[in-house]
Amino acid sequence: MIKRQKAVPFWLDERVLKILAQIAFLILVIAVGAWAISNYLDRDLTFTFSFLREEASFHMAEGLPFSPIDPYWYAFLVGVFNTIRVAVVAIIFATLLGLIAGVARISDNWLVNKIASVYIEVIRNTPLLVQLFFLYFAVILKLPQLKVKDEITAIALPGPTFLSNRGLATPWPRPSVSFSSWWPFFIVALIVAVVLWILRARGVQRIGRPSFNMLWVFIAFFAVPAIGWFVVPGDPLVLDVPAIEGLRVTGGTILSPEYVALTLGLVIYTGAFIAEVVRAGILAVPKGQTEAARAQGFTNGQVLRLIVLPQALRVIIPPLISQYLSLTKNSSLALGIGFLDLYAISSTMLNQSGRVVEVFLMIMASYLSMSLSISFIMNIVNRRIQIVER
Amino acid sequence: MKMAEQSEILRPPITEVGLLGWLKKNLFSTWYNALLTIFSVTLVYTVLRAVITWIVRDARWEVITTNISVFMIGRYPREEAWRVIASLGIVVLLAMATWFIRRVKDNPMQRWLVIGWLLSFPLIIILLRGFSQESSFLPLVSEDIWSGLLLTLVLAITGIVASFPLGVLLALGRRSQLPIIKVLCTTYIETIRGVPLISVLFMSQLMLPLFLPPEIRLGTVMRALTGMTLFSAAYTAENVRGGLAAIPIGQYEAARAVGLNEALVLGLIVLPQALRAVIPAIVGQFISLFKDTTLVVIVGLLDILGIAKAVTGQKEFIGLHKEVYAFAALIFFICCYTMSYTSRRLEQTLGVGER
Repeated sequence: MIKRQKAVPFWLDERVLKILAQIAFLILVIAVGAWAISNYLDRDLTFTFSFLREEASFHMAEGLPFSPIDPYWYAFLVGVFNTIRVAVVAIIFATLLGLIAGVARISDNWLVNKIASVYIEVIRNTPLLVQLFFLYFAVILKLPQLKVKDEITAIALPGPTFLSNRGLATPWPRPSVSFSSWWPFFIVALIVAVVLWILRARGVQRIGRPSFNMLWVFIAFFAVPAIGWFVVPGDPLVLDVPAIEGLRVTGGTILSPEYVALTLGLVIYTGAFIAEVVRAGILAVPKGQTEAARAQGFTNGQVLRLIVLPQALRVIIPPLISQYLSLTKNSSLALGIGFLDLYAISSTMLNQSGRVVEVFLMIMASYLSMSLSISFIMNIVNRRIQIVER
Repeated sequence: MKMAEQSEILRPPITEVGLLGWLKKNLFSTWYNALLTIFSVTLVYTVLRAVITWIVRDARWEVITTNISVFMIGRYPREEAWRVIASLGIVVLLAMATWFIRRVKDNPMQRWLVIGWLLSFPLIIILLRGFSQESSFLPLVSEDIWSGLLLTLVLAITGIVASFPLGVLLALGRRSQLPIIKVLCTTYIETIRGVPLISVLFMSQLMLPLFLPPEIRLGTVMRALTGMTLFSAAYTAENVRGGLAAIPIGQYEAARAVGLNEALVLGLIVLPQALRAVIPAIVGQFISLFKDTTLVVIVGLLDILGIAKAVTGQKEFIGLHKEVYAFAALIFFICCYTMSYTSRRLEQTLGVGER
């Protein structure tokens, strides 16, 4: 006869214990949180966002037009806009620089290879903030003045572009009267491009031969607005050229020294990291792939475009996403060199209004939503290029 | 006989071997490589000439030489400076001991080595901080006046050491099957990883005091350390999680089969293997934490960059930003490059992370 097993007492039952452990952990977390909040409330502090409607009463000359009588929420918005302005431009240029440096890093050319490795090692092994301080205080602020005694001392580059310690003045297109009748051409262009893309994709499947799909789509996308340019009466965009008048620059657009330093610093820093990502991605494609493709009669360009790049991209995209994310987060170092980004404006708001917790919640929410949108977009790209396994 | 004459050994063409061969193979293999080489040579020449003339002729290095002790230990009292040197001595001795002991395989001394390293950390902190204001032996040097390279090192090392246990717990929590623990740990990790370090640092400077009872007062350095630890823990957690994921499920099952309970499986089987696999990742994280300590400048601490910034404001050395920041960058470069180079070599020789 089988001896009946003694029932496990409930305090030793694993299932019960698991639930109890979770409840205990939750109680611990809540207790610590409650303790912290009670300490906060003991200081007679309230939690309210009503200060956002008050006058900001500080000056800033960066990004969107802003006057001291504008409310705090608008100041915060200007900050978000400035951060995005830096991040988007820096991401584009850092990717380009990283691509070039990464390819140079695996070049057969000994000298090019060595130049790329020195760049990568030096930049990766020094802190970004030191680089930014160097760029801003030691390089950009030491540029010649705009004018010394009626003589233009700013560095004039073709364009015309003026580089001085007041920043970079470049030509900028400004919309004219006929702009409103021109921009609809872009919507038409988009539709044409999408239709063409679908048609070409079908065509490729039917013929079974590779073609320059993307190239045709790009040509179509830019051809339509170009036609529009001539159809519309007058030029829809006028190039506004900077000129030095008196002691200041008129016309064009002026990028502040802080903006130039921050963007340039982020591009150089992130570029070195992206270069390593690119190098790892290209090296991850086995040599046999290239050789097999060459044996089948693919040209050099086709090998790169159809065989190596698609496979390398699969390795490159995930770490590239995290580089973009850290670039966006690193843009908060703007505070160190006085660029008025989201973070710098928030800390001014914080000092003036004393609303520490509220402002920090806003900062965290903004950075988290920016990070999430970058991961969201890049994950879509990632899913499209990932290998589809059976 | 005619055959022998024909098979006389021909020397390879002069363009394929030796210096010329090397040049042709590495610099002028195709026409575009030749163009690239010419372009690069001009570039290197221009840049190097400018940099070298600046270093040798134009730069005023006296700003560094006069302030070298300020860069190293900042405001640490000069009569107590021997304590910093003694701490450095402890580390150097331990490092030398490690080097000698590791040369012999399966040396029984290895255990003592680990204990030595573990003890050295609190010992050095006590040595640097001292006991109390009045005591004649090791008078108090509050951590709030630590500065320069000393502060940079203390912040980075304490940050990584203190964040390690927290990170391991968070990683285990995130992999746990208990939903509440999992959700809480994941939220913490992802929130911290989603925001910049500087916001965490500011939060620890400004918000931490608000949420603590008024009796507890933390100095600025302690608050910065708290922030760095909380920040670093999230990244350690992700690294450790990677290591945990690399342990085959068979290891758990085998350990359970021989009768170990959950805690022992974790402590004796899983964690030792997982932690060994994440050593390279932790070294990488330490290097980036070491670089990130510079951000404490923005919350007003005087680490080596803070000192550099202060030095550029000295009356006699006004406007020498280039020299000072180049020096700061050089120190970081030497430290970080040595660390990454050594860890790469160690990985190769020990085979850590391969397995």
